Amino acid sequence: MIDEELVQLLTPEGERVENSEYESTLNGDEIFSFYRDMVIMRRLDNESTSLQRQGQLALWAPMQGQEAAQIGAGRALAPMDFTFPTYREHGIAWCRGVPPENMLRLFRAVSNGGWDPQKYRHSVPTVVLGSQTLHAVGYAMGIQRDGAEEAAMAFFGDGASSQGDVLEAFVWAASFNAPVVFFCQNNQWGISTPSTVQSKIPLYHRSHGFGFPGVRVDGNDVLAVYEVSKRALDSARVGGGPTLIEAYTYRIGAHTTSDDPTRYRIDAEVEVWKHRDPVERVKALLVREYKVKNADFDDVAAEADTMALKLREDVLAMSRPDPITMFDDAYAAPHPLIEEGRREMIDLGISGGEL
Amino acid sequence: MATTTMTMAKALNEGLRRAMEKNPKVLLMGEDIGRLGGVFRITDGLQKDFGEDRVVDSPLAESAIVGTAVGLAIRGYRTVCEIQFDGFVYPAFDQIVSQVAKLHKRSDGAYLMAMVIRIPFQGGIGAIEHHSESPEPYFAQTAGLRVVSPSTPNDAYWMIQQSIEHDDPIIFCEPKSRYWEKGEVDLETPPAGLFDALVRREGTDVTLVGYGASMKTALRAAETAAVEGTSIEVIDARSIAPLDIEVMAKSLEKTGRVVVVQESPHTASVGSEIISELTQRCFYSLKAPGLRVSGYHVPYPPTRIEEDYRPTVDRILDAVDRVMGFES
Repeated sequence: MIDEELVQLLTPEGERVENSEYESTLNGDEIFSFYRDMVIMRRLDNESTSLQRQGQLALWAPMQGQEAAQIGAGRALAPMDFTFPTYREHGIAWCRGVPPENMLRLFRAVSNGGWDPQKYRHSVPTVVLGSQTLHAVGYAMGIQRDGAEEAAMAFFGDGASSQGDVLEAFVWAASFNAPVVFFCQNNQWGISTPSTVQSKIPLYHRSHGFGFPGVRVDGNDVLAVYEVSKRALDSARVGGGPTLIEAYTYRIGAHTTSDDPTRYRIDAEVEVWKHRDPVERVKALLVREYKVKNADFDDVAAEADTMALKLREDVLAMSRPDPITMFDDAYAAPHPLIEEGRREMIDLGISGGEL
Repeated sequence: MATTTMTMAKALNEGLRRAMEKNPKVLLMGEDIGRLGGVFRITDGLQKDFGEDRVVDSPLAESAIVGTAVGLAIRGYRTVCEIQFDGFVYPAFDQIVSQVAKLHKRSDGAYLMAMVIRIPFQGGIGAIEHHSESPEPYFAQTAGLRVVSPSTPNDAYWMIQQSIEHDDPIIFCEPKSRYWEKGEVDLETPPAGLFDALVRREGTDVTLVGYGASMKTALRAAETAAVEGTSIEVIDARSIAPLDIEVMAKSLEKTGRVVVVQESPHTASVGSEIISELTQRCFYSLKAPGLRVSGYHVPYPPTRIEEDYRPTVDRILDAVDRVMGFES
């Protein structure tokens, strides 16, 4: 179907695959916990779509279909690593410990960020495509100067791979041998633009032209994504330089809730990818190899439902911010135009805030 | 008072050196800034003394110079980016406007975007296209940024250090045509705060405001006008964003007439903002409408004719005559 060099450790049917380069190091409990993460993320993702449809969010960027890519990479990270996401990395945010309600503050339009990026070591979302890849490389250059055994991980998609910033990030990472892993989720579509328009060669081949390794992994196989990510991160932390990982996956849903994918892609394609579902194949493995009981799966589903309910409550409780908060943190140091704006807003009675 | 005479280029070099000695988190990054010392030699000798990790010769990509400085800022470093020429800053425009200016806000204050983006700007060196522009209005208009410009070696020495120590991102516009002119530098006491305007010459008839390379032209115009009996007060804005409008307003209350000189075209310019603010604050003191002496609304011309584009003493004096001759 896809590329012969695709790293896969688990077939869509949940059967293990031998790979000459990689083998799974995860035990049954760990695989079950990965499964749990993916189920929770799918449930929260669906809840968020519902919240948008009900008018409670301005927008939502669904991640359905990309759970294995994100949980596999997210779980491979060490606590001190630092991640640089786009607006669709809800699974990475989850793995970094960002509370789900914080992920939705951007989409509820009450914040342009949503969480403390230094606390979770997970940067705020970058909406302009590809910008964050340079931030990751710069951060990695800081790691080098601090002599730390840490890595930065930059997330982007097949669409962003055409951005100049991403290619500049590749140049710099190679030139400085920066401890950074570029994690490209090729979900096949940049809104309506197919990935074949972004690149005439497999995306992971691009790194070779820049002088560092590239790997294509089955992005719907959480075991493979985990191993490939872990090896790349381990290498980066000890001076091995950058790696490009292309997680070959599929965006089952729309680009965002404002998008209508039926205008540009056929149902049959979506159906093919639904058969490669990242969650079902892990479940099949857990049943066959680890004899996990239905009751255990039911417990996870119930836990996810509870979290979705809490997420809904938290979102509904997010009220319109006092307008005067727009002046907070626009600058780090006092600024006359900030003071002027605050004063005007208070004088006009727009805000009940205090100077 | 320990003063010494040096060029603006040397003053910037000494200021950078002192900032790097004081704070090990200060890095320099840019094209050709290491072994070569920069095309203007502003960073001459610094890589030899501070090493390649702190004075980083970068690949040739402006967006990456600024974009990686963002990542370094997140990690706690203060990077001084050198953009080789004004016309080369536009590849970095997206990173500056969408990321550098906004990330402190987007992170609810968790990130400091402490960095300095040095841009040699304005014309007067007879260069080819893209080497003589005045991009400062683009940045002055962007919330989250601050824009400053020294006009003397003393200001250059102090303002570069004050910019590096500041917690907000600073666009640092260096008047490249003045790099090789000498002046007194006080090594102990800064002349003013980073965002303070300074009165360079006192006068009573007209307030003349400028910044960067225009200051020398403005001061020459004031000298000439004095011979003809017109007393001009010359103010160096120094900070373009935010503007120190109080100092200008105080002067205008006295003179009742204002002329702003700048090399950028005058539409939506720093001069537009200065005159608008001053008109609002000093309306009843005005004896004439404020005038701008600017570059024309054309792409920067081939430099054989650049002195007919840049504000000259004659054009400034013409504006002075007009505000002096205005009768309500």
